[in-house]
Amino acid sequence: MSSNDEYSDEDIEYYDEDEDMEDIDDVGSASEMELDPLNDLNDPTRPQRKIFEVEYESLSQNDVEKLMRADIEYISSIFGVEMDTASLMLRWINWNKEKLIEKYMDNANAVLMASGITQADKAPERAHAGRSPSSSAHQSSIGPRRSSRRIAPEPPKSGKTKILERLTPPIEDGKFICPICFDDTQTETLNMTCFHKFCKSCWHAYVESKVRTEAESWISCMAEDCSLVAPDYFIEGVLKEDKATWDRFQELLVRHFVGAMPNLKYCPYPSCTYTVSCPVSVSKTSLSSTVPIVTCGASAAHKFCFGCHVDSDHRPVICAVAKMWLQKCRDDSETANWIKSNTKECSKCQSTIEKNGGCNHMTCKKCKYEFCWVCMGPWSEHGTSWYNCNRYDEKASVDARDAQSRSRASLERYLHYYNRWANHEQSKKLSVELYAKTEKKMEEMQITSELSWIEVQFMKKAVDEVIKCRTTLMWTYGMAYYLERGNEKELFEDNQRDLERAVEELSELIESPIDPEVIKTLRQKVTDKTVYVQKRNEIVLEDTAKGFMDRRWKWNVPVEGYD
Amino acid sequence: MSVSTRRLQKELTDIQKQGTPVGIKLLNADDFQTWHLSLEVLGDTVYQGEVFALKFRFDSSYPISSPAVQFVVDDTWKAPVHPHVYSNGHICASILGNEWSPVLSVISVCVTLQSMLASCKKKELPPGNDRYVKNAPENPKKTRFEYHDDNV
Ligand SMILES: [Zn+2]
Ligand SMILES: [Zn+2]
Ligand SMILES: [Zn+2]
Ligand SMILES: [Zn+2]
Ligand SMILES: [Zn+2]
Ligand SMILES: [Zn+2]
Repeated sequence: MSSNDEYSDEDIEYYDEDEDMEDIDDVGSASEMELDPLNDLNDPTRPQRKIFEVEYESLSQNDVEKLMRADIEYISSIFGVEMDTASLMLRWINWNKEKLIEKYMDNANAVLMASGITQADKAPERAHAGRSPSSSAHQSSIGPRRSSRRIAPEPPKSGKTKILERLTPPIEDGKFICPICFDDTQTETLNMTCFHKFCKSCWHAYVESKVRTEAESWISCMAEDCSLVAPDYFIEGVLKEDKATWDRFQELLVRHFVGAMPNLKYCPYPSCTYTVSCPVSVSKTSLSSTVPIVTCGASAAHKFCFGCHVDSDHRPVICAVAKMWLQKCRDDSETANWIKSNTKECSKCQSTIEKNGGCNHMTCKKCKYEFCWVCMGPWSEHGTSWYNCNRYDEKASVDARDAQSRSRASLERYLHYYNRWANHEQSKKLSVELYAKTEKKMEEMQITSELSWIEVQFMKKAVDEVIKCRTTLMWTYGMAYYLERGNEKELFEDNQRDLERAVEELSELIESPIDPEVIKTLRQKVTDKTVYVQKRNEIVLEDTAKGFMDRRWKWNVPVEGYD
Repeated sequence: MSVSTRRLQKELTDIQKQGTPVGIKLLNADDFQTWHLSLEVLGDTVYQGEVFALKFRFDSSYPISSPAVQFVVDDTWKAPVHPHVYSNGHICASILGNEWSPVLSVISVCVTLQSMLASCKKKELPPGNDRYVKNAPENPKKTRFEYHDDNV
């Protein structure tokens, strides 16, 4: 039902007009589709991209590896070096081929050294690494480190030298003893071109620890101050019997590559290895008019923003405004805690009032003042429906004359939006919890009644839709907080109110008791309402997206990309 | 025998046979989990006459990953006042973090810290000491230090 579900990785390639026609033929006539609107909306072959959707492509790890290999082959062929060497150089320069070529032409040796391929001082017998001052040049990092020993004014020389030599005995009586584990039963040793020899088991422990614990793919030699970096063939040799770590190492290489490419983003969901390519959303200008919400090919639930670090759908609001709003919420988290509590002060007599039910129409026990729990405003101004209170009454802040009441008004204004934002978030959680219970009941009904599995899916669809729309609603409050007052904002809030009302109605339907006698009617009602809610959501998303494209939205604060 | 035990056994035998560098003494090494060593900076330094105690904690990943090292702070011992040593004894030193090498040892860590103290010209607490100490994890290895400048 979500527009995002429509993107499976195969579908993406078919977004051209010819395919559109074919798809329509496959599905059947338009009137047929209307007969079963839910199925229509779920149809994965429906290729039309909506105005609030961006063009993107999902790539598997394998796909990304192909891109990497192409770059490595390219560098390998023009420099005439091994693939592994080209790979290290590219990783060192963050996959910037042009810059690498330039630097390599300028000073190939410097590039080879910086990429950990060769050492400044190539004396292989320098087993007691850390003694050569020349090898410290690459260490731009700071802090008291190994090298600081060398610059110590009066180090207790005798002790230090002796001890370090004791601990790194490369060969004792012709027999190799690994200077790390001192296990003389180890027979297999490995070393890179620096000839720092260690037993295979220590190398394995070291590489495994780097890859698994530190998520590090840039692995330097174990010897102290040795700047050589392990090329792929070496890692592969060390991990010959440890496929899991080798796989993880390759995943880290892909992550590094993806991190260096502005048009690629790694799926932020845990243990997912997919990447999304979204070239249209790279520029700052595009981010001021579109919200690049993408879904990776692994799961429709892996939805994230390509333009910022929000790991969920923040449509309809653009990244810059979403970021400001989240920052504002963080900064005011103390105030937010107050809002979440169940007690408030009566705005007339300041006595404490506790909320113990779901209804928002409150009456102060002491002074009989009637007000709305959500906005604390007088109930009389709310008319018959509390949904009117999605709109913040700006009169109060205009009237505020002195600094104190101005600051109070600005806090109240923020709380108006925050309260609703938090309310939808809370309701989302409650819906999920509630649905878990409903689902169980539905499963039972499947057994006891003649309803099929397909027929009981309407609840799941409705809950998914409610959650999706509450997400939209949350962000509309984040957006409205920053929208300049005027006709445009009012229209925005009309759409917001209509969606909110529809969502609340659907929520109520979902929460109504289910039993086999009413299930058919309920199914019809829920299905119809779900379709309606979905339409209202699309209206909000579409109109807001259009507004961004024709620069209709005006902000009450400076927004990145707007002057 | 595990690698860490064998390795620590070897380091201990070496210390017992060949002694420790000047200014460094083994206080106790009763097991292969925790060792204590005392540290003194010799010569003309800002820490003249002061003795400090270092606590080393090892897990089974030693020496592949670094030991947890900190200055002891209790009724007997105080941490040195140094721009890379927090008042709770935690040390911001890259040798204990990203520049750790498995060929380093307990003694080489002591020697490095000794020279870190020896080269200090002015006793100063690290910037943000109070905030760090307030929020610091018990084990300094859980802290991700940004390594500060080396010019102290
Ligand atoms: Zn070994
Ligand atoms: Zn080496
Ligand atoms: Zn994913
Ligand atoms: Zn974003
Ligand atoms: Zn009252
Ligand atoms: Zn209200």
